[in-house]
Amino acid sequence: MTTLNLGKALNEGLRAALASDPKVVLMGEDIGTLGGVFRITDGLASEFGADRVRDTPLSESAIVGTAIGLALRGYRPVCEIQFDGFVYPAFDQIVAHLAKMRARTNGRVSLPVTIRIPFGGGIKAIEHHSESNEAYFAHTSGLRVVVCSSPGSAYDMLRAAIASDDPVIFYEPKRLYWDREDVNLSRDAAAGVLDTAAVLRNGTDVTVVTYGASVRLALAAADIAQGEGRSLEVIDLRSLSPIDTDTVNASVRKTGRAVVLHEAPTFLGLGSEVAAAISHDCFYSLEAPVERVGGYNIPYPHSRIEDEYLPDVDRLLDAVDRTFEG
Amino acid sequence: MAPDVTASPTPCFRVIDDDGSVVLPEGADFGEPVEVVARRLYRDMALARRFDQEAFALQRQGELALWLLCQGQEAAQAGSIRALRDSDFVFPSYREHVAAIARGVTPEEMLPLWRGTAHSGWAPEAHHFHIYTLVLATQMLHAVGYAMGVQLDRSDEVVLVYVGDGAMSEGDASEALNWAATAALPIVFLCQNNAWAISTPNAKQFKAPLHERARGFGLDAHFVDGNDALAVNLVVLQAVDRVRAGGPPAFIEAATYRIGGHSTSDDPKRYRSDAEVAAWLERDPIPRLRRAMERAAFADVDFFADVDREGDRLGARVRAACLALEPVPLSSVMRNTFVTETLALQREREEHEEFQGTFA
Repeated sequence: MTTLNLGKALNEGLRAALASDPKVVLMGEDIGTLGGVFRITDGLASEFGADRVRDTPLSESAIVGTAIGLALRGYRPVCEIQFDGFVYPAFDQIVAHLAKMRARTNGRVSLPVTIRIPFGGGIKAIEHHSESNEAYFAHTSGLRVVVCSSPGSAYDMLRAAIASDDPVIFYEPKRLYWDREDVNLSRDAAAGVLDTAAVLRNGTDVTVVTYGASVRLALAAADIAQGEGRSLEVIDLRSLSPIDTDTVNASVRKTGRAVVLHEAPTFLGLGSEVAAAISHDCFYSLEAPVERVGGYNIPYPHSRIEDEYLPDVDRLLDAVDRTFEG
Repeated sequence: MAPDVTASPTPCFRVIDDDGSVVLPEGADFGEPVEVVARRLYRDMALARRFDQEAFALQRQGELALWLLCQGQEAAQAGSIRALRDSDFVFPSYREHVAAIARGVTPEEMLPLWRGTAHSGWAPEAHHFHIYTLVLATQMLHAVGYAMGVQLDRSDEVVLVYVGDGAMSEGDASEALNWAATAALPIVFLCQNNAWAISTPNAKQFKAPLHERARGFGLDAHFVDGNDALAVNLVVLQAVDRVRAGGPPAFIEAATYRIGGHSTSDDPKRYRSDAEVAAWLERDPIPRLRRAMERAAFADVDFFADVDREGDRLGARVRAACLALEPVPLSSVMRNTFVTETLALQREREEHEEFQGTFA
């Protein structure tokens, strides 16, 4: 075991992928000499060469478009989009081509491309640097959309994402880049971590379903709730597409209550799909309506007031309380 | 309006002159006798024209949902595709029927997209020819990425990508040219400027000539008469040779004309004159090459009669292939959306199959 922060765990995941598969190529803006604006690729260009850790022109559409071409040639590209709010120029290449190529070719072509996106708020950034746009991609068939939430899950999930023969949108909660824990770097990429949710804390009263930076929030809220005599079960979804509804349903059938939590606006957010699935699958186990906690339906606000916009422990616990009303 | 080939400071290269003489420049080298090249290009163009006509008829009879005629652009396509090795990978746009047929794409493989029985019909690797791309200019980036792979592999393959004049206004086009030039990739951009992007003429798409723009990005840019199959072939042969030898990526603008509408749903009479079309019919690349070949005695009447008969056989085959196509079933689409089917999609598929089964 090695103690790493989340950013360094991603760095080790990329290093292991580059070392184990000569077809893995990293590409993105400023990822070479600089090591990326968050230093996630630090040292990799000098270790593996500029051909495999490529500083690209400032062209997001081209980063994804050329990754598609590289994959057609048999490579396994890993793209870095510098910030969540800069992925939109690449939107067409992702949703019209990367996602659909397998189906359009009746399974003749596969595109093992990973797109890493630092996402979410809470770091006092200026505009376009704090967005949670995962629902766009989760709504697009043909993509896997996953989110890590800790150094350990970051390492394991990134290895699995790069090993996946299907395209993966890999979200990194940038607020957690500096969180530390022990990580087992000797593990091989395990495909299961891309398909399954993880129950991070067992509880009996309310199920909190969340992902990304909100996982830390949910665990903190569970500690507080414990002191108030309420037992929260915390589920880290990890995969937003597909969603591991079996794990979620098993928990809600036990607790009878559910709160879905994320930073993205609740309107048509991931929580809507999770809530719909719970309401359908666990209808006769539910003691209360499924609650959703998330961002408001406005553009991400300026940083001095972002704490008012972002879900926090109080809003989560307030929603937990609501599941006991009536 | 027609493309104004006099608007560019670069002369438009051609070898078949106004009176139908083949005038080759000093040192012109096709790598084989010019009459052999001419016969191959003529056959490619004539067969594709026959395919085009049959597919157009099938659309009018309701057998195809849509067809995009390549009539008028055959020389630009035949001349370029025949300048490549079979192992050189090609990224078409969606009107490159001549190139596709020359690469061995069969009627059974070509028509599913247009009949609505599948989104594509051929395995790209089988013909070193990617499937058609309808979202304009996006395939330029796929080609650039593929060329990055060729470069990483230290291979001497060259990648060729087709693009049109309208698509050159897309952001992906500029990103692709810039990226290719910056990374010195082994790629040739073949731009068929057919004068019209549906109803929008060149004058509303760009100010600087396309090959001049490409030169500005740092590409080896050329301007050729796209209705002169021999000229296109020679220019692309030379460009491909330079790229294969490690030269900068190339951009070739082939000035041509789309004789038909943009698609079978288009009505070109709403935006261009009969006189303009008639003027371009005078420069139809197929009779133009035939006259030149007859004048230069590159082929005899038997050759042309053989090509005509081969075309008739192809036409019959196109019709039969079209009518025999069956749609790929929905459950196959569901199975083929991912390499590794997700549990969620597997459940949707099984529910669907079970539901369909209740009607059996």
